[in-house]
Amino acid sequence: MPIRHPARRRAAVTAATACVLAVALTACSGTTKDSVKQDDSTVGTDTSTAASADPDAPLKKGLKLAFLPKQINNPYEKIVDEAGIAAAKEYGATGKEVGPSDASASSQVSYINTLIQQRQDAILIAANDPNAVCGPLKQAMKKGIKVVAYDSDTAKDCRQLFINQASSEEIGRSLVQHLGEQLGHKGKIAILSATQNATNQNTWIEFMKDELKLPAYKDMELVKVAYGDDADQKSFQQTQGLLQAYPDLKGIISPTTVGIAAAARYLSDSSYKGKVVLNGLGTPNQMRKYVKDGTVEQFSLWNPEELGYLGSYAAASLASGQITGAEGETFKAGTLGEYTIGKDGEVILGEPTVFDKKNIDKFDF
Amino acid sequence: MGMAPDTQTAPPPPATAPHERGATPGERVRAVGLRWDTAVGALLVAVFVVGLGSTDGFASGENLAFAFNDIAEVALIALPMTLLVVAGQVDLSVASMLGLGSALTGALWNAGWAFETIVPVVLLVGVAGGLLNGWLVTRVGLPSLAVTIGTLALYRGLASVALGSDAVTDFPRTYADWAVDTTTIPGTFVTYPVALFIVLAIATAVLLHSTAFGRSLFAIGAQEEAAYFAGIRVKRYKLVLFVVTGAFAAFAGIVFTLRYGSARADNGLGFEMLVIASVLLGGVDFDGGRGTLFGAVAGVLLISVLKNLLTLNDVPNEVQVIVTGLLLVASVLTPRLIAAAVERRHRRAADDTAAPTP
Repeated sequence: MPIRHPARRRAAVTAATACVLAVALTACSGTTKDSVKQDDSTVGTDTSTAASADPDAPLKKGLKLAFLPKQINNPYEKIVDEAGIAAAKEYGATGKEVGPSDASASSQVSYINTLIQQRQDAILIAANDPNAVCGPLKQAMKKGIKVVAYDSDTAKDCRQLFINQASSEEIGRSLVQHLGEQLGHKGKIAILSATQNATNQNTWIEFMKDELKLPAYKDMELVKVAYGDDADQKSFQQTQGLLQAYPDLKGIISPTTVGIAAAARYLSDSSYKGKVVLNGLGTPNQMRKYVKDGTVEQFSLWNPEELGYLGSYAAASLASGQITGAEGETFKAGTLGEYTIGKDGEVILGEPTVFDKKNIDKFDF
Repeated sequence: MGMAPDTQTAPPPPATAPHERGATPGERVRAVGLRWDTAVGALLVAVFVVGLGSTDGFASGENLAFAFNDIAEVALIALPMTLLVVAGQVDLSVASMLGLGSALTGALWNAGWAFETIVPVVLLVGVAGGLLNGWLVTRVGLPSLAVTIGTLALYRGLASVALGSDAVTDFPRTYADWAVDTTTIPGTFVTYPVALFIVLAIATAVLLHSTAFGRSLFAIGAQEEAAYFAGIRVKRYKLVLFVVTGAFAAFAGIVFTLRYGSARADNGLGFEMLVIASVLLGGVDFDGGRGTLFGAVAGVLLISVLKNLLTLNDVPNEVQVIVTGLLLVASVLTPRLIAAAVERRHRRAADDTAAPTP
């Protein structure tokens, strides 16, 4: 096994040269954020070629719809998707749910490719990352596949419609308003969110922070936003960590169904039960126990079944040519009635419902 | 894509030393070990053919481009990882380094740096991370598994510090278009990251199987002390491997960022397992000293083609994970079972005839 000194020296020289070259190249020219911005106006929107809508067109029979949730084992998304698939049956279409088991940025991409190859008529997606899914979604739209985002939006030019569960502003502000009333507008509070990049969560949190700036909340302080990644155990641990780090914490807002259930489970077994107020977004079936045992007084949510139902009809209306996704167009969503497309292709389901001891038994989802 | 021709011819059994475990004739076990990677190659071809025949959309250039580009980063990192594992080492920090590379790309881009400056800087950070791994392994003398479990957390932490919970998205199209799944070399379904991988895979195969350096890695993996006394600079070689792996992982971070148009600190979470699984699936022995680059590449491709095929057929994710897991268990177990069976038969034959034939 001879040791070749000259060879190694040569390698070192090559490496050094490469480094110098790289630095030299760098000095000459450069693509920076600013230089790119100027070109930006020329790109984009090539997918939204002016198609015309025919509001009287009937819903096509035999459409193929695919729901792509953030992750397949998320109980909330399952409710949404199953309702959407059931709705598809109503108008003679077939629906299915496919998706990744983790909610990372890239995990949905290979599924979109697959749905393109399978020639689905419409893809409904709750995006884990607004941009990571963009390339393949644009590819899908180029091939005539309709794209509807629901629950968590993609970048605006990567889908035709976004079905929003409720206005983001209303959700964010109302959660702070509810908690404020429960706390008498005093004390330290924290937020337990899902993943750090969930578009919907972050939008709500922005509005929460904005609401907290109002003078009424001058005695309320947001000490931390924690992330439980929509994993039960991690959310549980984050709750534990919050209460250890801030023993004088008075309230927690968890705008995620996984997070609020985990937080309620921790509170119900701890000495903080009844002392720390928990509010947020949850499903009645998950939270019933904690409302009844007094851990949680109230929480809110839209009806996820209606969200899936509306998304399903919206996708079918697009695929049937009734609508194109332009502002002001209207379509009928079965038993939910008529909806109008708002700015940026956004369709809002409605106001969130507040669940408490009095009404929780009327709901089963 | 051209994985078959580039490395199939490469594996010459480096008949160095009587370094096999136990008293068995080493060549026989080695022969079985070599057959495993060809078996994986054959399985890959079989899965591919089944896909062509059975599944609509599989054969489209668009899908093939996608299926291979989908694992571009894993494939890139698998190259240096193969060398590491052959030398009896492992680097679990690669996916975190990918995340750090991605986060850094985003943070520097946000800060107004030129993309052409960001690339060498990120590569240097990869080199630095590799140096740290290599230094802890070779100078402090810690096992690579322990060291890189530590740096796995460290680099992911640094990534979060660099970019926080932000996602940076507005990268220049001139560069992003090179990485996306839909840009292919005209007339083929080969994307540019995959083309780069093919070139690097051929280079790595030559390095591993036709140079003194490559033979030294086998020697180190098989019997480190013997290699040392044979005059191989064991520590130096290991350090170089860790540095190269770090640089590849950081570079993979740039590719990942451009491909998804999203720089995030949590990019590539868990990829280290995918990389190591692919390498082991390809028949590279986790104990070191044995394996071929052809096998490792076949392992990577098998996982990607299989995943694509299963997804196209709407096989649920849980089942996919089980299939990959079973493949992996089989890949680690089968060669050993065969080797044991061969050994047993050999011993019986030797007892019967008492003739010491090799």
